[in-house]
Amino acid sequence: MRNSARHQWIYAWLLLSPAMIFLITFTHYPAVQTVISSFFSTARGRRESVFIGWDNYTTLMADEVFWKVLVNNFWYAVWTIPLSIILSLAMALWVNDKLRGRGFLRMAYFTPTVLPLIAVANIWLFFYTPGFGLIDQIRGLFAYPEQNWMGSPDTALYSMIAVAIWKEAGFFMIFYLAALQTIPPSLREAASIEGAGKFYYFRRIAFPLLMPTTLFVSVNAVINSFRLVDHIFVMTEGGPNNASSLLLFYIYEVAFDYWDTAYAATLTVVMLAILTTVAIGQFFFLDKKVHYK
Amino acid sequence: MFPKIFKIASVASLTSLAAVGSAFAVDLEFYFPVAVGGAAATTIEKLTADYVAANPGVNIEAIYAGSYSDAGVKALTAARGGKPPQLSVLLSTQMFTLIDEDVIVPFDDFVSADEQESWINGFYPSFMENSQTGGKTYGIPFQRSTPVLYWNKKAFAEAGLDPDVAPANWDEMVEFGKKLTKKDDSGNVTQWGVRIPSAGFPYWLFQGLSTPAGAILANSDGNKTNFNDPKVVEALEYLVDLSAKHGVMQPGSIEWGPTPKAFFEGETAMMWTTTGNLVNVRTNAPFDFGVAMLPAKERRGAPTGGGNFYLFKDSTDEQKDAAVDFVQWITSPEQAAVWSIATGYVAPRPDAWETDALKAYAADFPPALVARDQLEFAVAELSTYENGKVTQTFNDALASAIAGEKTAQEALDQAQATADRILKPYR
Repeated sequence: MRNSARHQWIYAWLLLSPAMIFLITFTHYPAVQTVISSFFSTARGRRESVFIGWDNYTTLMADEVFWKVLVNNFWYAVWTIPLSIILSLAMALWVNDKLRGRGFLRMAYFTPTVLPLIAVANIWLFFYTPGFGLIDQIRGLFAYPEQNWMGSPDTALYSMIAVAIWKEAGFFMIFYLAALQTIPPSLREAASIEGAGKFYYFRRIAFPLLMPTTLFVSVNAVINSFRLVDHIFVMTEGGPNNASSLLLFYIYEVAFDYWDTAYAATLTVVMLAILTTVAIGQFFFLDKKVHYK
Repeated sequence: MFPKIFKIASVASLTSLAAVGSAFAVDLEFYFPVAVGGAAATTIEKLTADYVAANPGVNIEAIYAGSYSDAGVKALTAARGGKPPQLSVLLSTQMFTLIDEDVIVPFDDFVSADEQESWINGFYPSFMENSQTGGKTYGIPFQRSTPVLYWNKKAFAEAGLDPDVAPANWDEMVEFGKKLTKKDDSGNVTQWGVRIPSAGFPYWLFQGLSTPAGAILANSDGNKTNFNDPKVVEALEYLVDLSAKHGVMQPGSIEWGPTPKAFFEGETAMMWTTTGNLVNVRTNAPFDFGVAMLPAKERRGAPTGGGNFYLFKDSTDEQKDAAVDFVQWITSPEQAAVWSIATGYVAPRPDAWETDALKAYAADFPPALVARDQLEFAVAELSTYENGKVTQTFNDALASAIAGEKTAQEALDQAQATADRILKPYR
């Protein structure tokens, strides 16, 4: 009896270990190590890394660039999250209807997701190019002057936001499309017998049933608003004067341009804290409003 | 299944035995970056293979390491992990960072006094400014460049200018620029006078203004900057005024990538960019073009740019000797000529320009000589300790002045204060 109980324990650990080993090595250990590193100075050549307490955090509080990228990241999130969700839902509803060329439309909407972000950025670079870029050529037809989209601090961040939304919406559309197809047609039939209009049906039936997908998509959108920075490397490198720099981009810059790894760890801790708070908030508060079948 | 694995294992052990058996061959790892186009990578690989074929005792593995910044990240990460390459081509401006990280050694200890004289002192002095500090040579110039002015001869003729004469000084550049700037009926510009790309790293081409103004941005010890020198301020005001006052350049920060295309499309009549684009412009420009030195103010002047060979510390003396021997070979006149013709980089030694190959090339395509002649006036590219931070501070200052957020004086005062704070521990 005791023997078999112990066997079960071993069995359980054996089953758990592959996932656990990978999670600990690649997620938990680095996260803990990041927090520890943020309390040490950066080692340089012969100068060893030493414990400096909260010094890195004091630097962080006084770092203008840090506050600037944090504010930028806030606006980036505020625009990309709702806009990409609304756009993806609208596209999903549109291509879920029976219409001619539906397959083609679906493919067209999904294409941005398939393209690597670096390639996307290179395409958009030429859209935004002042003078002979696509956008300015179209504006030129209406005799508008040329506009330096990425080169002026007022528009650089918004140019980056547009690319991110364009890239993300198609991906989220797929989830909404899948969810829409799991809604039984009998509900729509029942609603139309009751005389419910199209909008009423969406507001009271379809949208509530889509809430689990909306939760999933919004968690992803939040994570992406911190993670999706590849196009910045290609398009603006954070410029001009950090106008389009985001937190993760700044972390990369500090770690691999300035080689100040300890300070980069400190910035990473801030990012971890933000993401954890947002994720916990979403799961605990939004979860109550989500209707699972 | 199992027998197959055994088979592979035994083959593997045999080959490793063979490697040990091949009599004390020196193995070298060599990282190289490629900043422009494809010809560079194949040329480096071919040159390396030629060397290995001629020197049976040495094995060199040439590893393509991505862009300059990728290669820098890879080499430093490998060095920190205790497994650096023995040799790498990295940005010349990374010298102080690599010294600070204690991962490179000077070349001087591995060359004889004769070689010191004939080899190290045989490079253009302006290239050595970024390669030597404290009396030691840490870098050997290899893929080096300098910015030049390209002009569209057709546009010059249409504007009533002499198509064969480029602006020689700042005033002429503005004056020519005004004649070259064309507007359509609704007042929108269809052709700008000049284009000086400034996105990402404005400091490099800005040195093409601050140097002629008579300023040097950083000292040779890499621990002091002169960002708010009145001459630097004057240069920045000139740059800002090109758009703000004279209206001869597109306002805001200007991208590097589309710059050659803007030139080909007639969007701008003059452009400043690296000599690395020479082959590209020669192939793609649909009109006659000219190449000139950057215009002068108090003097002529321009920065140098590009990559140097560095010798990494964590290797055996045999490896270092072999690595130095390889660098001597690949920078020798014949090899440098092959390299320069294939890529457009400036051959870094005067004696390379005496080879038949380069003479023939220059006779066929005289613009290639402009960059070489400009070297006489060229200075070091901005490089200090904590180079990433200091340069970024300066870039931010330039960008904010270009965007009109701050005056040149304010922006540069602030950058100087920040740089002072960063560099204090190094004085």
